[in-house]
Amino acid sequence: MAMLKVENLDVYYGIIQALQGVSFEVNQGEVIALIGANGAGKTTTLHTLTGLIPSKKGRIVFEDQDITKIPAHKIVEMGIAHVPEGRRIFADLNVLENLKMGAYTRKDKGEIEESIEQVYKRFPRLKERQSQRAGTLSGGEQQMLAMGRALMSKPKMIVMDEPSMGLSPIFVNEIFDIIQEVSAAGTTVLLVEQNAKKALSIANRAYVLETGKIVLSGDADDLLNDDSIKKAYLGE
Amino acid sequence: MSFISYLINGISLGSIYAIIALGYTMVYGIAKMLNFAHGDVIMIGAFVVLNMVTLAGVNPIIAVLISMAVCTLLGMAIEKIAYKPLRNASSPLAVLITAIGVSYFLQNLALIIFGADAKSFPNLITLPSISLADGKLVITGTTIATIITCVIILLGLTFFVNKTKQGRAMKAVSEDKGAAMLMGINVNATISLTFAIGSGLAAIAGFLLCSAYPSLTPYTGAMPGIKAFTAAVFGGIGSIPGAMIGGILLGVIEILGKAYISSQVADAIVFAVLIIVLLVKPTGLFGKNIQEKV
Repeated sequence: MAMLKVENLDVYYGIIQALQGVSFEVNQGEVIALIGANGAGKTTTLHTLTGLIPSKKGRIVFEDQDITKIPAHKIVEMGIAHVPEGRRIFADLNVLENLKMGAYTRKDKGEIEESIEQVYKRFPRLKERQSQRAGTLSGGEQQMLAMGRALMSKPKMIVMDEPSMGLSPIFVNEIFDIIQEVSAAGTTVLLVEQNAKKALSIANRAYVLETGKIVLSGDADDLLNDDSIKKAYLGE
Repeated sequence: MSFISYLINGISLGSIYAIIALGYTMVYGIAKMLNFAHGDVIMIGAFVVLNMVTLAGVNPIIAVLISMAVCTLLGMAIEKIAYKPLRNASSPLAVLITAIGVSYFLQNLALIIFGADAKSFPNLITLPSISLADGKLVITGTTIATIITCVIILLGLTFFVNKTKQGRAMKAVSEDKGAAMLMGINVNATISLTFAIGSGLAAIAGFLLCSAYPSLTPYTGAMPGIKAFTAAVFGGIGSIPGAMIGGILLGVIEILGKAYISSQVADAIVFAVLIIVLLVKPTGLFGKNIQEKV
């Protein structure tokens, strides 16, 4: 039984069609990668999923509930957290305040404190900088903060948009290790990446987007060895 | 001694500008729009107090509270009816022009309801005057009440924005609407709340303004509105302390300009100072230079 089911999604920006009949599924506990070139519709897919942009056609079902028309601010409470492209942390707030924003929909103060400690355990660097303005963090630290902030809502599924973008190779490896840890801790992961090799190496399954359409899907290991994928996305 | 007296008057007038400027600056910070109808909400607020007291015989404090409630609802209604449908308009000018339209609408509505002739606003602030330095320096009760109110509002708002959940939500929305939504913040409700607070404060400003300058017409809010907008830009639009400091400086410059240079050109001096500040520091006194890491 799929945890998330996306069916025949059509999305337009004005008159330009960005997604055409996009369908995919995510099962509980999986790491799913959505790969594709710039402008293929990866970010659009995630934005539609979490309600930031409306779809013209199609359906999104999460845990048997139709969430297609649910506004973005109610999606978090349903258990989907979105780490947006470019991180989009609140630069003027400090690290701790950013984490608290992530728990905005939660009520119990004691549990929130507990979650903060868990995030600090996973990202010790954030604890060192907890009262520092988030805008002054390095790119990699901001990515960690964005992920920590998303985890603060205790999501069932975490959606990550280009977490490795613009990071140094050391940070890229660290971020992918953390994604695996998050997955191992029981959170389902939907990952959008241009770094297809890395994404496929940690994913169970993957979907390939090209100009708004899903052109290929399958087990991540099979895709890693697929000739057309190798040529188009892995640079081999 | 007269200099000190001018200075205090300037701070008092500036406090009123500051309270109005808070409405401009908060709305700009959250909704990224200039609500040019804000000055006219002040005028409506003053008319509500006037009519409550003179026609209905209500206690002045209750009258101010009613006026705050009316202006809060008015502000939220203006946002919902006139601005919200244009929030995603392709040009930011659409909502700006609408705001100017709302401003004229409110002025003309007041003209129909209350008439064009100037009403004299009763003196409702019963605080005694303070006499200092053998009576050479007299500070009126209205002046004292205005300055105290301004300080309370600044402290209250600073606490609200920094320490409460809704306040932090406002900061988040002002920085990044999309990211705020992803946190579970209802952006529409937050914008509405901002208009509510700004308009409630406008009612207080209207009451204080007419207590200090007791003549009320449908156009009473227009000029203070423009000056408070200037104050907000002066202090750095979007910044709460900036609006406060900008408002007070503007009031002081205006009164000192009237006293020592010319009462005719005092307004011109105020705007000249604004131009100079913007030439030297385009983001205003407290405006931040936006630097983003990529």
